[in-house]
Amino acid sequence: MTDVAEKIVNGDVRAVARLIRDIDDGMPGVRQVLKELYPSTGNAYILGITGAPGVGKSTLVDQMVSHLRKRDKTVGVLAVDPTSPFSGGAILGDRVRMQRHSMDEGVFIRSLATRGHFGGLTQSTRSAIDVFDAMGKDYIIVETVGVGQDEVDVVKSAHTTIITVIPGMGDDIQAIKAGILEVGDIFLINKADREGTDKTLSDLRLMINMDHKKYEEGNWKPPILKAQAVFDKGVKELLEEIDKHRKHLTEHCGGWQVRRREDKVRQELGDMIKSRLIEEVLGKITETGDFDEAVNSIVEGKTDPYTACDKLVLPAIGVSTG
Amino acid sequence: MSSVFDPKVFEDVEEGHKKWEKKLDKIFSSKPERLERFSTVSDREINRIYTPEDVRDADFANDIGFPGEYPFTRGVQPSMYRGRFWTMRMFAGLGSAKDTNKRFHLLVNQGQTGLSTAFDMPTLMGYDTDSPKARGECGKCGVAIDSLKDMEDLFEGLPIDRITTSMTINPAASILWAMYIAVAEKRGIDKKIIGGTIQNDMLKEFIAQKTFMCPPVPSVRIITDTVEFGTKEVPRWNTISISGYHIREAGSTAVQELAFTLADGIAYTQEAIGRGLNVDDFAPRFSFFFNSHLDFFEEVAKFRAARRIWARVMKERFKAKDPRSWWLRFHTQTAGCSLTAQQPYNNVVRTALQALAAVMGGTQSLHTNSLDEVLAIPTEEAATIALRTQQIIAEESGVANTIDPLGGSYFVETLTNQMEEEALDIIQKIDDMGGMLAAIERNYPQQEIADSAYHYQRQIDEKEKTVVGVNKYVTDEDIPVEVLEIDEELENLQIEKINRLKNERDNKLVKESLEKIGDACAGTLNVMEPLIEAVKNYATLQEICDVYRQVYGEYRDPGIY
Amino acid sequence: MGNNRRVRVMVAKPGLDGHDRGARIIARAYRDAGFEVVYSGLHQTPEEIVEAAIQEDVDMIGLSSLAGAHKYLFPRTVELLREKSAEDIVVCGGGIIPEDDIPPLKEAGIKEIFTPGTALDDIVKWVKENVKPR
Ligand code: B12
Ligand SMILES: Nc1nc2c(ncn2[C@@H]2O[C@H](COP(=O)(O)OP(=O)(O)O)[C@@H](O)[C@H]2O)c(=O)[nH]1
Ligand SMILES: [Mg+2]
Repeated sequence: MTDVAEKIVNGDVRAVARLIRDIDDGMPGVRQVLKELYPSTGNAYILGITGAPGVGKSTLVDQMVSHLRKRDKTVGVLAVDPTSPFSGGAILGDRVRMQRHSMDEGVFIRSLATRGHFGGLTQSTRSAIDVFDAMGKDYIIVETVGVGQDEVDVVKSAHTTIITVIPGMGDDIQAIKAGILEVGDIFLINKADREGTDKTLSDLRLMINMDHKKYEEGNWKPPILKAQAVFDKGVKELLEEIDKHRKHLTEHCGGWQVRRREDKVRQELGDMIKSRLIEEVLGKITETGDFDEAVNSIVEGKTDPYTACDKLVLPAIGVSTG
Repeated sequence: MSSVFDPKVFEDVEEGHKKWEKKLDKIFSSKPERLERFSTVSDREINRIYTPEDVRDADFANDIGFPGEYPFTRGVQPSMYRGRFWTMRMFAGLGSAKDTNKRFHLLVNQGQTGLSTAFDMPTLMGYDTDSPKARGECGKCGVAIDSLKDMEDLFEGLPIDRITTSMTINPAASILWAMYIAVAEKRGIDKKIIGGTIQNDMLKEFIAQKTFMCPPVPSVRIITDTVEFGTKEVPRWNTISISGYHIREAGSTAVQELAFTLADGIAYTQEAIGRGLNVDDFAPRFSFFFNSHLDFFEEVAKFRAARRIWARVMKERFKAKDPRSWWLRFHTQTAGCSLTAQQPYNNVVRTALQALAAVMGGTQSLHTNSLDEVLAIPTEEAATIALRTQQIIAEESGVANTIDPLGGSYFVETLTNQMEEEALDIIQKIDDMGGMLAAIERNYPQQEIADSAYHYQRQIDEKEKTVVGVNKYVTDEDIPVEVLEIDEELENLQIEKINRLKNERDNKLVKESLEKIGDACAGTLNVMEPLIEAVKNYATLQEICDVYRQVYGEYRDPGIY
Repeated sequence: MGNNRRVRVMVAKPGLDGHDRGARIIARAYRDAGFEVVYSGLHQTPEEIVEAAIQEDVDMIGLSSLAGAHKYLFPRTVELLREKSAEDIVVCGGGIIPEDDIPPLKEAGIKEIFTPGTALDDIVKWVKENVKPR
């Protein structure tokens, strides 16, 4: 085992923090470490929380952490915030809501920026989950803004996925990316102290496709809960519902470690191959300057994009252009 | 409704104005205007000229009128500075209670009739000096108060039955007020005759100043307790100083300052009415606190608009009948954020201009910042120059000889109207959200201010806005100014004092009185009586604040950027 | 992925000081310069700041203090980083820092101090020149 992997399995905070950074930054050495860590993963229970900006996800995560700590469980949090499309920078604002857990050794909070690289977010977040898992965290909570496909994919990696909305978001719920409602195992109406909670509740009931094949299996009916995260109301109930879902996965789905189950593995490996391919091929093409050259050729009318694409991609994956 | 202008006037004015603009266009076609866009500090665009056209509908009786008459655009008292000048009230506080007491005596001997107390960070935040959170902070930003012992030292020998005392304190306002009342009662002074102000405005804390302790709803509950108690028991006390100063200093525009402050005032009024109080019993004890920034005319217009809006809100919306409820009385402080570390003597000039705007705007009292504002809390010398600045304005410049000297200026009346209108739009928006508490919870004012602050900073960086000595007329020379330093040893002395106190006092009594406060907080009993009892038993500030925190929970910074 | 080091910084408010106008402006300026910025929020102890900085693996901590307690808070932050073997995290600071306090702070390990009137561009430039992502 490498030094780094060993440190991580032993729970070394600095080493974990750095490895996640290296994963995020796509440093070459990380793959080896991740390989070594893989056997130590699979023990953490992963929660995904998604929803529009401002619905109270971070506040909720903060409260959930407190409750889990009372049960003596260790927690890792990955909070994903969007990168500014203008500057490439980001202000990672989730941590502020959770900062009171900073000094608790049983809690590790890490902010990530979406960075907008092809499928990279899903990949790096999944790897970061593995790192927390290997360091021995009992629960890992992943918070993402439920807008892009990437973010949805991220929460799909979770054992239990929680979709958060707020009252009076009727239209916004409609606007939630199609496909996102299907990934929800639990729906939570936060800010239930506000008017319109019951209306949102009935709207949601109508909208969630309970017949979706996801729910058929063992008949898990995704519950719709109400909460007031800032006032710590409904959070205990949420955790109880998570327990139920976990139990359900254990009893009806061959163990809650669904991440190991075939369809999960299939999805994750598929995604990994995709992003690895992009990384390797795109890397080769853009580094050599061939890409820019091809762009010029097309602009100058010397070639067409179809031919250029073949010329660039095929050699990169070891197929000869004929 | 009748316009001040004869409609026939406008034909000539319009024609003349058009001609004049043409002439200018011609002049500027060869050599363009000095700036592409002329705007105020708040980035409000300003026209080349203002004429009767801009105030076409000016209705003298209903909108402008006379000082001391509704809607008070020109001043709350009929006599204004023809009767007496504004109160020159300089904010002071440093180090230990004994240190500050010395400065207070000096100020009173110089003829100052009102004191204004600055507290240190631990006191402001509800911690005792011995808290681990307070390390390194004791006495740095004001006076350190841990218990009634310190408060007794602070007012030792000062005639608190004759002078009024203002205390800039918020989450712990109820407690410091209880201490002040206790000091008075122990000296045999009836609380019915003591006068002064506690800032006690928590809404603007969440919005701007950020000394907070418990969440907004219970914070307002405690404030309402003080309003209720004051109305019945301490009738000469101003129980809330509804503050725009901090909002502006946090980076808002002039209109945002105006709107958010008045929206806060509306929220407190609603709460007190909700408590079953009669509006005319408490509203006259509300006072306001504004900033006076660099853009001279915009500031004057802001003060005038503030009075007019508040009068109408109180009369029309809250159906107040006592004219004193319609009055917007206010204290002003010049804009600390406009002062610079570079070429610090320029700050005297800036402050003078800002003080002038406050006076032209009809302030009731004024603090002028010192030339060393950007370095540390002021030295005695620097504070004296700042006080002299007010005295020169009052007694040499002649501006106080007539009331509302800028009233009737096309420009100032237009600005007053514009600011009123824009502020009302913002207030409406807040009402639509469900009032200021709901707006704060949505981080609405916080976000608006952060955006304005960043916009302004970028404008300075881009030299769109000039700051003399910082981005223009920069010099390299180092101009030495004396900087006040607070003794680091004070912290230990203060901690020893707490330890001694905790050994000497009757701890059983303390425990019992803290429990009573807890019960009052959890129930509906007014907290003021139990507070006065607890401080008399020498419960410390933090011990009481810990009860608040336990019952109500702690508010944490939402970190809006 | 692709090798793509980004500068990560933390803007932190130590102590009871509530003056956050400057800190939040700095956080935005850093973001607009392309950095990833973690903002601590107000009222943090040096202990909380250091722990957060380590978990977030930032390259730099920027402390902002206007209420006069920098003489304790700034050196304490550096000291804690050393205790945690994280002294490779650069610490800079800004706010109301009297001139006479600057040399001892630098001696204590604060790499640079930015006082009022410093242009945002200069503040960003300093990071680009002095903070190298690991
Ligand atoms: C605005 C202000 C306020 C506002 C704050 C609003 C807010 N949310 O920020 C209000 C009115 C609420 C306020 C209140 C108080 N204030 Co005040 N305030 C100021 C003032 C006038 C300007 C500060 C400011 O925001 N400037 C604009 C910003 C953009 O500049 P900046 O923060 O300095 O940042 C620049 C640099 O310093 C640097 N920088 C700053 N931080 C960082 C961090 C990093 C990483 C980097 C790279 C750079 C950097 O970059 C920026 C751009 O150049 C100063 C005096 C002054 N003119 O500086 C007093 C001042 C800081 N306040 C002071 C005091 C005493 C108080 C109070 C304690 C008064 C009291 N006893 O009640 C309260 C406490 C408030 C609290 N919660 O802490 C004193 C502090 C004394 C001391 N240090 O010895 C000062 C110096 C005034 C004085 N001379 O008395 N205040
Ligand atoms: N009224 C109300 N506000 C809440 C509740 N939960 C969170 N908030 C507030 O909503 C805002 C956004 O919360 P945050 O957790 O940052 O949302 P996120 O963007 O989804 O992570 C914050 O100001 C919270 O205090 C709640 O239950 N009720
Ligand atoms: Mg969040």
